Amino acid sequence: MQATVEEKRAAAFAESSPRSLTRAFADLRDGFAARELWSHLGWQDIKQRYRRSVLGPFWITISQAVIALGLGLLYGVLFGQNFQTFLPYVLTGLITWTFIQNCLTEGMETFIANEGLIKHLPAPISIYTLRTVWRQFLMFAHNAIVYVVVVGIFFVNLSQPYATSDQDGICRPGLTCHPGLSWQWLLGLPGFILVILNMAWITMFFGIISTRFRDFPQLINAIVQLMFYLTPIVWPIDQLTSPAGPRHNLAHIVLPIIKLNPIYHLIQVVRAPFIGQVVSPWSYVVCGGMAIVGWFVTVFMMRNYRARISYWV
Amino acid sequence: MVSIDVNNASVAFPIFDAKSRSLKKKVLGKVGGKIGTEAKVPVIEALHDITLSLNEGERVALVGHNGAGKSTLLRLLSGIYEPTTGSCRISGKIAPIFDMGVGMDQEISGYENILIRGLYLGKSRREMEKRVDDIAEFTELGDYLQMPLRTYSTGMRVRLALGVVTSIDPEILLLDEGIGAVDDAFLKKARNRLADLVRRSGMLVFASHSDELLFELCTSAIWMDEGHIRAHGSLRDVIWQYKGYDPYQNMSAEGLERIGVNPAEVHRADNSLASEELATGSGSVAPDGAR
Repeated sequence: MQATVEEKRAAAFAESSPRSLTRAFADLRDGFAARELWSHLGWQDIKQRYRRSVLGPFWITISQAVIALGLGLLYGVLFGQNFQTFLPYVLTGLITWTFIQNCLTEGMETFIANEGLIKHLPAPISIYTLRTVWRQFLMFAHNAIVYVVVVGIFFVNLSQPYATSDQDGICRPGLTCHPGLSWQWLLGLPGFILVILNMAWITMFFGIISTRFRDFPQLINAIVQLMFYLTPIVWPIDQLTSPAGPRHNLAHIVLPIIKLNPIYHLIQVVRAPFIGQVVSPWSYVVCGGMAIVGWFVTVFMMRNYRARISYWV
Repeated sequence: MVSIDVNNASVAFPIFDAKSRSLKKKVLGKVGGKIGTEAKVPVIEALHDITLSLNEGERVALVGHNGAGKSTLLRLLSGIYEPTTGSCRISGKIAPIFDMGVGMDQEISGYENILIRGLYLGKSRREMEKRVDDIAEFTELGDYLQMPLRTYSTGMRVRLALGVVTSIDPEILLLDEGIGAVDDAFLKKARNRLADLVRRSGMLVFASHSDELLFELCTSAIWMDEGHIRAHGSLRDVIWQYKGYDPYQNMSAEGLERIGVNPAEVHRADNSLASEELATGSGSVAPDGAR
């Protein structure tokens, strides 16, 4: 057993060119196998950030709760939404968005931030990608506590058919009705796995580009800011989709734009099941397709530039 | 089987200045006619056409001036830099100690750092937990291991790094200069442990400017000069060429005895060689018969 592993490793190294698919896959495999390392480092990062604070990582939970409550109230009133159902909508959207945003912004800096380690310890580069994604996953887990509490509070409102685009949240003809929470919330889990799969390749792909071109992170950061407002996260999409909704006249222009936004689909596959809404199969197709195409491109990117990372950092 | 085979390998670093390290040039460069010359990114060739084969049991010293490529060669041998041209084949478990400060987190305790180092070197958490006591004893850091690393002195960090690396039975040990920062008593202990480690399995490549340390740990040497291997041979020969005088000459009798050389013999050989040189007038020629 040991011998075959050694032989395989020797065979992998026997390839003279650093640009080989075998070595790109070996990097991913060895990186993933070092679970203990990246999970430890990821957790360490979080502990480090809240070092010497009494509540520690629970500040993540608290700040998320404060933001969601504030935005839920503000936009709920502004858009005339039913608070009991609009707050869970804003919250789940925000939690998922935070995960995606942090994977994007911190993912781009992955290799740059780990410069010291990359130059001093030989290790697969995927370790740093996994460290970043794992850290974001842990943040997500802390944020999920707020979700559990909020759903607990508004369970009565969410567990029956409801509408958000009205003050009282009752499902009436002419409004977009949601079926309410049921066992279908379980669909949120594979949805989240799809999101993780996508964020993992994005972290790797953007990480490699950013290490070479230092303007790239700035560019993406500017776009990410905009995407937050373009994506229905803090504003209700139901106002567009409901035939009786106040913004329904804009739907034919705005909805196609929203549907072209990949972040909308990434958020939708997690958010919708968790608040008892229906996910369009198209969202799964978009997310799945992105994961497949993305990983395909990323593996080729790794094949060509994996060995250059230590030169570029 | 522990071995490193390097074949015609070169390592060249692109140096991106603030301007060329951006998309601007790539994007804007395509628009409008060519402005001036299409200046490429300047490249520093840190290693040039290195061919080298190291096998089990070898203990190699790396010598050379600052910037000669010693550290880069060590990084090539560790697999951190994959050669830009040529190839480098490594088989064996590698443990590098390059920079005592890096790969260690300043804010977390010595214990935690031991654990992370070990995980990096391919050990599992459980295996490392078993070794922690051994490392604590060897490094003599005791309760200090619970303190954050930023409270450690350089010497204490070296102790920690050496403690981890020597406790996990690596097959290839790569040391960059810097382990000189520890005190004599510990150095003696570390020396024995390193020598023991190298004898047991693997291979050692050690870059240092301290002759005494090199002679105690190594048997052969590589002289790096401007990214080339200038000489590769027995330790005494190479150092003799590099420094221009017999390294044994300046060593204390005690030091010579420690590395198993009879001081009386050295001085005799030295005198005869010196007179030979005078006679032929070829002081710069490599002394082949030095050993």
